[in-house]
Amino acid sequence: MRLKLLVLGLALVTAVPAAVTAAQAADGIYIPLMSYRTGPYSGAGIAIFNGMHDYLNLLNARDGGIGGVRLIVEECETGYDTKKGVECYDATKGKNPVVSTPYSTGITLQLIPKASVDKIPVLSMAYGLSASADGNDFPWVFNPPATYWDGASAFVRHVADVEGGFDKLKGKTIGLVHLDAPYGKEPIPLLEALAKDYGFTLKLYPIPGAQMQNQTSLWLDIRRDRPDWIFMQGWGAMNPTALKEAIKVNFPMDHFIGNWWAGGEDDVRPAGPEAKGYSALGFSGVGRDYPAIQDILKYVVDKGNTQTPKEKVGEVLYNRGVMNAVLIAEAIRGAQHLTGKKQVTGEDVRRGLETLNITEARWKELGLPAFAAPIHLSCADHNGHNGIYLARWDGTKWTKASGWIEPIKDKVLPLIDSAANSYVSANAGWPKRSEACDKSS
Amino acid sequence: MLYREVGQYKSNYAADMAVFPILQDRIGIAVILVIAYVVFPLIGNDFLLNTILIPFLIFSLAAIGLNLLTGYTGLLSLGTGAFMGVGAYACLKLTTIFPHVNILIWILASGFFSSAIGVLFGLPSLRIKGFYLAVATLAAQFFLEWCFIRIPWLYNYSVSGAIEVPLRTFMGIPMTGPTATSLTRYLAVLTIVVAMTWVASNIVHGRIGRMWMSVRDMDLAAELIGIRLFRTKLLAFAVSSFYCGVAGAMMVFLWYGGAEAEVFAIDQSFLILFMVIIGGLGTLIGSFFGSALIYILPIALRLIPANFGIPIRPAAAEQLTFVIVGALIIVFLVVEPNGLARLWQIGKQKLRVWPFPY
Repeated sequence: MRLKLLVLGLALVTAVPAAVTAAQAADGIYIPLMSYRTGPYSGAGIAIFNGMHDYLNLLNARDGGIGGVRLIVEECETGYDTKKGVECYDATKGKNPVVSTPYSTGITLQLIPKASVDKIPVLSMAYGLSASADGNDFPWVFNPPATYWDGASAFVRHVADVEGGFDKLKGKTIGLVHLDAPYGKEPIPLLEALAKDYGFTLKLYPIPGAQMQNQTSLWLDIRRDRPDWIFMQGWGAMNPTALKEAIKVNFPMDHFIGNWWAGGEDDVRPAGPEAKGYSALGFSGVGRDYPAIQDILKYVVDKGNTQTPKEKVGEVLYNRGVMNAVLIAEAIRGAQHLTGKKQVTGEDVRRGLETLNITEARWKELGLPAFAAPIHLSCADHNGHNGIYLARWDGTKWTKASGWIEPIKDKVLPLIDSAANSYVSANAGWPKRSEACDKSS
Repeated sequence: MLYREVGQYKSNYAADMAVFPILQDRIGIAVILVIAYVVFPLIGNDFLLNTILIPFLIFSLAAIGLNLLTGYTGLLSLGTGAFMGVGAYACLKLTTIFPHVNILIWILASGFFSSAIGVLFGLPSLRIKGFYLAVATLAAQFFLEWCFIRIPWLYNYSVSGAIEVPLRTFMGIPMTGPTATSLTRYLAVLTIVVAMTWVASNIVHGRIGRMWMSVRDMDLAAELIGIRLFRTKLLAFAVSSFYCGVAGAMMVFLWYGGAEAEVFAIDQSFLILFMVIIGGLGTLIGSFFGSALIYILPIALRLIPANFGIPIRPAAAEQLTFVIVGALIIVFLVVEPNGLARLWQIGKQKLRVWPFPY
């Protein structure tokens, strides 16, 4: 009897997928958020998706959506797992999503070829495939405001500024501590090119994903090699571990700079007060002294319409989530403006993203003055290669420590071109761009 | 009542030793094949085909591969993920070098590369057994994973370090790449899995399978009755890795359409091992059950709140899914330590005598 019940139960449970209902999104613009609030990277993920969710909720609560159409925001849990990410994509595809935000390099790579087929633009904000900045080859993929190559080149520019000019870089040694995965290896070709041009030596310190929290031997190597500067392309638990080890070997914190995924509060806090002086790249403002963030507190957080603990509002990754939501919202707004429709589709939002132009004045209008550098995309340039700033950890919080640092565009752009070409040639049959180009508004 | 063999007489040895001796079983298999080949393609949407059926079939094939090694020959391996990776990277290299050859041929041929690597790392199995062998295959897992990340030639020097699947057509229909529909990919996967399952079934029911099982049951006795361990064990590694390699190539080319080396990490090996253990060691049908339980059940559970309007956050649903699947695994293993395949067998046995069990 018990056995029969078991068998019956199993049959029932496996029969459920057949009952999948492709619920069509009712009136409203459907925005799926691929989130990871579980899994090894949930620490960062929760903050980012809280930020995105809260800003989109704010638009609903304060303005009644965008252009009078409500936003339907739905999260799909990926756990930073590529399989589940693709599952989420397939599960939400039927509901006419206007944009997909994969939030993982692995998932982004999966979605890039699908985007043009399913007519859903991919917005991978400063992650994913650097080469996808080339709008002629990747009309459906957007990665503003900067690529990893822009980030690494901004770091080199900063080093040159501190050292007193690009000619002073000669003979210096720069170490790259990176996750030994596609994401971590991304800046290598650029840094190698710059090393050749400016005459500095590049030393690589790869950290395998499984060894993230065991870096002692690597830092002994670093102590032996004595690099003058260290750039860190790190993620997750790797960041606080690297900081702790750097402190142990007495590496000067002001010569240790992380990229923008190594600059969250939780990355440095565990390292204690000695981490003071460590800095990381950033492209979205910190703190809550922005009218829009105050609005989030007023309309969303205080109303209890969120999962965000109040004290987390305004942290680095939270604000980055807000910025991502702003890009989505502005693209939808642009699409409505271009097409004259209220209920826009993925195709319209692609055009909206391509004509995205958030000027300094527009940032102010949005209630986020000087929150990020002005972002201007075009049909050819889906990234903008915008300014990046340096955030410094003062022991308790991140503070803005520099103005907007321009990436070294004349080195980055040729590399993007050649990478995009090689992607297209490796993928025989890659579709030629057939999408018309809109005039920027 | 219906499931009964009364009146089915066998007049020769071949009929007596058939894999499916009972008529109803043969009808059942035919019905399943009709559903798989006709009904699913007709009613299936992208979600059903791409998210549920294709991965389910691919994982089943990988589980069959590991089952041949662990279930039938008794050699514990933790290198499944890496062997799948070898298949995927071999297929990428083959189709890059010879782009005009049909991709399905390369998917099958990549199994041979995986097979060769499998034999190489299977060599320690001649001296060590059990958990010690698991550790040796673990070395294969780590070494191969290192190769996938560190040898740029393997991924055609792509900047992202990931496999990017090119467009390949078969009689003008796109088979791989972004424009290939889920239906074509599903039918390709289904055909390969059905054919290879049939081959596996013939292998395990024949001389080779009996050799493997005797090695599993007691290798000393097997050696005494004249089975050469050297050949038998390496053959098991070769065939098993072949299956895993084809599964890996299908996974990247016919399901993902692009993948990082991370896909073939140790987690993948464990996942397949769990499928084999829960499905039932030493059974082919168990590989399908295991794959269904470990892969499809969580998806089904995640869909429940959304479809029945239960207000629960996706992250919470995810955590609950972990809890429920974990609990179910324990329940199944407590109820039947020999896996779902054994449950299935008991069920069939009971049906045969139902409703008069005495």
